[in-house]
Amino acid sequence: MLEIKNLHVQLEEEEKQILKGIDLKVETGKVHAIMGPNGSGKSTTSYVLSGRDGYEVTEGEAILDGQSILDLEPEERAAAGLFLAFQYPVEIPGVGNMTFLRTAVNAQRKARGQDELSAGDFLKEVRAKAKTLKIDADMLKRPVNVGFSGGEKKRNEILQMAMLEPKMCILDETDSGLDVDAMKLVAEGVNALRDGERSFLVITHYQRLLDYIKPDVVHILYDGRIVKTGGPELALEVEKNGYADIIAEVA
Amino acid sequence: MAAFLDAKTNDRLTALGTPAAVGWSEDARLDAVTRLRTTGLPDRRDEYWKYTRPDAFTAPAATAAAAAEFEGFAGVDALTITFVDGVFDADASDDFALEGIEIERLATSDVDIHWAKDLYGVLETNGQTPVSRPLAALNTAYATDGLIIRVTGEVSKPISVVYLQKSDASDAILHHVVKVDAGASATILEAGPVAARANTVMEIDIADNATFNHLRLQGRDHEQATLTHTFTRLGNESAFKSFTLTANGTLTRNEAIIEMNGDDASAHVAGAALGDGGDFNHDDTVFVTHDALNGESRQVFKKVLRNGATGIFQGKILVKEGAQKTDGYQISQSLLLDDDAQFYAKPELEIYADDVACSHGSTTGAIDDHALYYLRSRGVPKAQAEDMLVLSFLAEAVDEIADEDLQDFILGKLETWLADR
Repeated sequence: MLEIKNLHVQLEEEEKQILKGIDLKVETGKVHAIMGPNGSGKSTTSYVLSGRDGYEVTEGEAILDGQSILDLEPEERAAAGLFLAFQYPVEIPGVGNMTFLRTAVNAQRKARGQDELSAGDFLKEVRAKAKTLKIDADMLKRPVNVGFSGGEKKRNEILQMAMLEPKMCILDETDSGLDVDAMKLVAEGVNALRDGERSFLVITHYQRLLDYIKPDVVHILYDGRIVKTGGPELALEVEKNGYADIIAEVA
Repeated sequence: MAAFLDAKTNDRLTALGTPAAVGWSEDARLDAVTRLRTTGLPDRRDEYWKYTRPDAFTAPAATAAAAAEFEGFAGVDALTITFVDGVFDADASDDFALEGIEIERLATSDVDIHWAKDLYGVLETNGQTPVSRPLAALNTAYATDGLIIRVTGEVSKPISVVYLQKSDASDAILHHVVKVDAGASATILEAGPVAARANTVMEIDIADNATFNHLRLQGRDHEQATLTHTFTRLGNESAFKSFTLTANGTLTRNEAIIEMNGDDASAHVAGAALGDGGDFNHDDTVFVTHDALNGESRQVFKKVLRNGATGIFQGKILVKEGAQKTDGYQISQSLLLDDDAQFYAKPELEIYADDVACSHGSTTGAIDDHALYYLRSRGVPKAQAEDMLVLSFLAEAVDEIADEDLQDFILGKLETWLADR
């Protein structure tokens, strides 16, 4: 589904190399996790894949479902089926959450040559999906993420994911700032979207989230490279011993 | 008579001639001429006109401006009164009868004794200190028409004043007087470009426990020169809300002068402006005077500027000695969509009471890149995402509209205007 080949990325403003050759292949329907210490390049990977400004790809490519995506605009990547759940979802005062969701859903449908959803159909769908994420009518009416708690913001990200139905979901530290109950709720939302077709790349510091969203493959990212790949047991090893042993191994 | 009259004022006054003698307003008009001859008309050296050139308003004749179609508050249930190029149009106006409100026209109100005599030119004169506003005095002297409105009860629907422009060379001077009796409430809507050149004044007297809402759509036209003054006086526990949406062309200056005369009064004045192009010059000039206890005032002005458009905000809160527990708030913000747009802000506080809370802020910034990226990452195309962020930026000002349906109406207007820019 998503193939990253020899990806080298530096900051546009300063010539600082952040990613130094990432190779990664997430197969259709699989869940891959990327773990790594602070500053290893985890968030950069998610930003570069989704098209945030400020990064320069110096080498390599990323292919989503057969299509090279690194030259596409962020909205084109979204329409191609990529979704990033933000670590820090952005507050947008004055724009209702529902309006935002409907605009996004219909923009993507339009880009794919589909008809826009009618107001009625959209409302029915969003209500059903919001309910499973315990998002009430008030949260749907309020401005996007404004005054939301940390947990509400993350649930709102998952609601967007559920409505947009992407092929490839990237979750950037979705567990950060969440208590256990909130994390469970978010994980349930994600798991409900696992249908054997949809792929996930879960970026996290801690093994904790992976207790609830079970990965097929775990990668360890360090200093801009994937230094180790394994099964779920690799995450448990990190939880027990930290990153020091693995880093020492490859150094 | 002033010993010396500058050429510009002389030319303008000569062009206007002697004010028409119309019954009860005659004294006020003659007084206004005298005041005008003393102050003279403003020029660009005046501190109060530092950012906006007054020339278009002081010239003897109007500069031609192409007439523009304008929809206004179409679809809102209201009593409609229409002026075309500043001239009343009976055929396009409803019958003035509505419960809780008495409406007359200035031009046809020629009795000698009238309640409006206590207001016409009176609030305007009060508003001349500490800053003189000669173009408002000019309006008092030479207004050809306007509405004389007395609100006596709770009015069931808004009064909608529609201004249409049909002549490219029209030059309108309109003067409205609104008196809201104790406990009464009304909403007045104003929409349209008025004329190629327009000078309008609205004097508003809000008695104890009364409420007055004012909502104005200045259109989406590109050549008019528009100058407006609203002079508002508030009594005890009264409330005033005014909101103006402008997507106007060459020159707009809206002055709001507010006297908080009664205790526990509340006045909110807000505006949202969309400016596009180097000709666009939009100026909000506000002066709020607190002269009573426990008054609350808010000024919320937002401007979105692109392609060389210029925005100006001059806002002052004056808290007089003894106006304790005043709560004054003022914010002016601009969103500059490119490097050529300009915003000038002059916020002022002058406080002579020692137990007040006043705050002011002014910001100038660009579209938030991160928010733009967030919206785009959800599949919203760049232009549409920018429009969403523009609406988000204007939201605080639009929130100041008292009525939720009218708030939605304005938001809808904004969305349409942004979408087919």
